[in-house]
Amino acid sequence: MQYFVTGILVGGIYALIALGIVVIYKSTKVFNFATGQMMVVGAFFCWSLMKWLGFPSWAGFVVALPLSYLIGLFVERLAMRPLIGQPLIGAMMACLALSVLLHGLVILVWSAYVTSFPTPIFPRKALTFGNIAISGGLLGAFVIAIIAFCVFALSFQRTATGLAMRGTAEDHELAQSTGVRVTSVFALTWGIAGILCCISGVVLADRLALGVTETSAIAFKVFPAVLLGGLDSIPGVLVGGLVVGLTESLTAGFIDPIYAQITPYIILLIVLLIRPEGLWGLKRIERI
Amino acid sequence: MAIVRTRPHWMILVLGLVALLALPLFASGRILSIMNLIGITVILVHGLNILTGYCGQISLGHAAFMMVGAYISALLTVYLKISFWLALPIAGLGTGIIGLIFGAPSLRVKGFYLAMATLAAQFIIPWVIVNVRPDITGGSQSFRVPAPTLGGIVLNTQADMFYIIIPIACLMTFFAKNLARTRMGRAFVAIRDNDLAAEVMGINVFRYKLFAFFISAVFAGISGSLWAHWMRVVAYTHFELQHSIWFLGMVIVGGMGYTTGPVMGAAFIRILDEFSAILSPIVADMFPAIAGQVSAALTPIVFGLVVLLFIVFEPRGLAHRWEIFKATYRIWPFSY
Repeated sequence: MQYFVTGILVGGIYALIALGIVVIYKSTKVFNFATGQMMVVGAFFCWSLMKWLGFPSWAGFVVALPLSYLIGLFVERLAMRPLIGQPLIGAMMACLALSVLLHGLVILVWSAYVTSFPTPIFPRKALTFGNIAISGGLLGAFVIAIIAFCVFALSFQRTATGLAMRGTAEDHELAQSTGVRVTSVFALTWGIAGILCCISGVVLADRLALGVTETSAIAFKVFPAVLLGGLDSIPGVLVGGLVVGLTESLTAGFIDPIYAQITPYIILLIVLLIRPEGLWGLKRIERI
Repeated sequence: MAIVRTRPHWMILVLGLVALLALPLFASGRILSIMNLIGITVILVHGLNILTGYCGQISLGHAAFMMVGAYISALLTVYLKISFWLALPIAGLGTGIIGLIFGAPSLRVKGFYLAMATLAAQFIIPWVIVNVRPDITGGSQSFRVPAPTLGGIVLNTQADMFYIIIPIACLMTFFAKNLARTRMGRAFVAIRDNDLAAEVMGINVFRYKLFAFFISAVFAGISGSLWAHWMRVVAYTHFELQHSIWFLGMVIVGGMGYTTGPVMGAAFIRILDEFSAILSPIVADMFPAIAGQVSAALTPIVFGLVVLLFIVFEPRGLAHRWEIFKATYRIWPFSY
């Protein structure tokens, strides 16, 4: 039961990271391999605001968000926009190169040592219900993740900008002809993804530790969640994140923590073999 | 059409090979070790180029395939006392079979989804090697490998390894060049350009995709085996996702779908790496505040920046520039 609850809570964070990937994929058809590094950058923004400028932890978190939005804009303008219309490997490789580049920059500015926030954002005290203990950090992270998830998912459905983004996702040229500025939608998408990465990065860094490799490695566990839910499905992402978090936690608890390291990737292979489009994804895969 | 057409071509080829093989006579150990590293990398990048550049299937798991080759070769020579010369082809074939297993999803999916499948390979293979039988493979510890021997002589200097690695690299380059001109190579290109059209033309797409995976993994295995006996030690940290990304970057920088591409790409990136290693103390002197992290940060920054610039400004790579140069040179001074 303990593992079940932990799994669900971790899965919520995974879902938040996955949402950042899906948002980009939906409107630009690019899979953001640099998610992990963008998380690290966002978390380090928050860290430096707290450490160097002495912000209280919540203020640091809030101010880091617009900064990560700018990072998203930069990435889109400098690396992604020249590649619109290029073959798949170009965009993919650009994301991978970007992740390597960001990795280097983070080391250059903040060094490769593992640190943690000077003051924790969420209380460290564990809540206990019966015989289940929930760490305060994990619960806070989960709540933040779910709130952010709902806000972004709703704004996709209800606002004019969300409509423009969904229109762009459907067909670039058609959206452009109805007066949507596709390039600014792309920029906005990457900005939003930057914010989502920042939230999840801060939340994860607060829960575990903040390090270049450690924090970004978690992003790779999220890729299976994205594929399981379907690359372009927002509700699917929530389910995918929860399933991956749950399986990982249950494997760690009942079989062996070592096996938990690769369960996400085994899920990934199974999904690819049985249902490559994911649970709620659109069947646009060519089967050759 | 022959690869080497005219008499001057032959002369250049022979002179070039002689110059290459005479290099250990006057070059220092450091330069030789860089050359060896480039040679090993060239073999692997050729394999990746056959898969990605010719056949159009993206692999994010080639470092893991290289790891399979390295560990097969290492385990065979240590536990079964097989000589390096036999372990090398076995490592190639064994890795080829592993490559077939992870290439199997390519029957159902392609493009991005296939990249995901090979990404899974990149995480699962090292995990298996480290965790399943740590008593045999040394687990997360590094694993010592003996030096290759030839008739009682132990080949353990950089110059000795140079004479093993460089001929094999030349041979593999020759093989890759010829493969591109065969029926199979043309089938790969057809699949890359339009798989549906290829199928309609009577190419068995599934079979050729698996062939591409197999050949590519064989190259990776041979490269891994050479790596193991060159480094004399193997560890899982040598074959991580970042290395796979580096290899893909070399394919891009060199130029996808050219046989000259992997040679140029591998040499370019490795030499760039050396330069950033030379540069980092200078940068550290200029900015003492960040001296500690410069050496670790400079390499990824330079690599990421170079690959990004190539993708944006010259997606067809160095080999394409080389072709342009050759064409200009041939028709100079009349440009028509």
